[in-house]
Amino acid sequence: MSDRTPAQLSGETRAESDRLLHDALAGGKLPRWAPAAVGVVALALAAVLNLVTFVDGVAGTLVVAALLFGVLQSVWSFVVEGRRHAVDRLATTLVYTTFLLALAPLVAVLLTVIVRGLNALSVDFLLTSMRGVSPREEGGGVYHAIVGTLEQVGIAALIGIPLGVLTAIYLVEYAQQGNSKRLARAVSFFVDVMTGVPSVVVGLFVYTAAILTLGMERSGFAAALALTILMIPVVVRSTEEMLRIVPRDLREASYALGIPKWRTILKVVLPTALSGIITGAMLAVARVAGETAPLLLTTFMSQSINFNPFSGPQAALPLFVWDQFNSGTDASQDRAWAGALVLITIVMILYLAAKLVARFTGVKK
Amino acid sequence: MAKRIDVNDLDIYYGSFKAVEGVSFSVEPCSVTAFIGPSGCGKSTVLRTLNRMHEVIPGAYADGKVLLDGEDIYGSDVDPVNVRRTIGMVFQRPNPFPTMSIYENVVAGLRLEGGKRSRAELDDRVESSLRGANLWEEVKDRLNRPGSGLSGGQQQRLCIARAIAVEPAVLLMDEPCSALDPISTQAIEDLIDELKERYTIVIVTHNMQQAARVSDRTAFFNLAGVGKPGRLVEINSTDVLFSTPSQQATEDYISGRFG
Repeated sequence: MSDRTPAQLSGETRAESDRLLHDALAGGKLPRWAPAAVGVVALALAAVLNLVTFVDGVAGTLVVAALLFGVLQSVWSFVVEGRRHAVDRLATTLVYTTFLLALAPLVAVLLTVIVRGLNALSVDFLLTSMRGVSPREEGGGVYHAIVGTLEQVGIAALIGIPLGVLTAIYLVEYAQQGNSKRLARAVSFFVDVMTGVPSVVVGLFVYTAAILTLGMERSGFAAALALTILMIPVVVRSTEEMLRIVPRDLREASYALGIPKWRTILKVVLPTALSGIITGAMLAVARVAGETAPLLLTTFMSQSINFNPFSGPQAALPLFVWDQFNSGTDASQDRAWAGALVLITIVMILYLAAKLVARFTGVKK
Repeated sequence: MAKRIDVNDLDIYYGSFKAVEGVSFSVEPCSVTAFIGPSGCGKSTVLRTLNRMHEVIPGAYADGKVLLDGEDIYGSDVDPVNVRRTIGMVFQRPNPFPTMSIYENVVAGLRLEGGKRSRAELDDRVESSLRGANLWEEVKDRLNRPGSGLSGGQQQRLCIARAIAVEPAVLLMDEPCSALDPISTQAIEDLIDELKERYTIVIVTHNMQQAARVSDRTAFFNLAGVGKPGRLVEINSTDVLFSTPSQQATEDYISGRFG
């Protein structure tokens, strides 16, 4: 055998070796319709279990079906395809299942808010306040709360985003050695601590520091201060990440052209990172737009329109939702859901607008 | 105007680590000088001290004199920003600004250094710089397209156009062809030949054939040993250094016995 060249192999032996090679390369394989078939079987089994055993309800049945699907498919695959494919299919099932589990609450929240919010939502609802509307009555609206939220979040963004972005620029671009590096470490540490401070504590701080000690009145501006404090660490962190991923090469290219550092940061580093910075800032805005606790302590709930954020109580959308929900009547509950829908929509519009701005100003593709 | 460079007894440090020791040499105006040597021998470090670019790395500093037409660029009243306007640099990896178009990339240095210039003046400078970098014919119809859309070789020529748009006296090149294919490398080498009529050029290269092809003079750098600072072994006209080197280490390196 060993002294014969391939050309001398008889036809029969050639066919034999071809078959061996084919077997070595190919393996058993489940048909393409296998996942669908297993899915149907798993659902059917789960339905039967639902009827005859303790398995109960739609959610329970689905969970059991998913478990059955994973087990059945892996066993079948193990028998036909071998261990590696069985593990692959099991892992794929797990990844998809966890993805759907993570998505479920998100979709559920959105759907619930949309469905229940549409009950009370109308043009009138957007353009009237709650002045003189009793909890039992239908009607009234959210206009005063929209004004309040836009003003408070707007002021917070005007103060918080520049402070946060400039802090991040200091941390990444300037604090590189010696004393400034130690200072940067301290700043970084406190930014981390601030991220973890509960929002109600921030509200209490503004209440004691600004309202009790400095004698500021409860107002939209006091609320905006609390929101600013909540916003800064988020903006600092996200901007810092974005600045750090701007390649060193670009900064060096700019320095090598004789461009000063501040101009390099302004014209090369920031534009390159802009899209990410805007996304981070918008996430911070979205986060504080839904804050309720600090507003309770800094601006009284109001039922009427107050355009002046510096004087007198001012409503806000989260406060409106909380207030209407607390009233407990059917009409006010509908209003609470509609208020929540308006809040989500506003945050969404702001986010999309910012994304659009980022697309036209950032890195060209 | 091309200028000459004289380096006297230069030591370069990264923090407490001495990376390069006792380097002295001269570069004539309108000539090409190549730095060769094994990795880590400090040739890029020396190049970067010639326009004070090494200072952007925290803790890095240099000790000694670097004279540009007799003026010490490490003088106490010298602004590194002005040094870099006079001594431009092209890097190993092409690095056009990703947020800018081809046009904006070329005028970046002019615009970013401040001051107002008329549109016509900028247009002229873009054309002359891109022609100078042998890129004009390829990009003249798409000046407003992003620079990152060009091929690697075109991007590197765009970076050269960007560097010569500010009209430096000296052009430093840090392995400008190491990320490029042979055709693009050829284009850059031809370009270096043309550029030396107007600029003093210093180029770091890992490729000894390239050094032999493009340079008038060649400097060989080497490490004295592991963990010891790099030093300049010898510098001579390229023909002499490659045919009859005066040092054993140089001969070993160029004949491929190490490195």
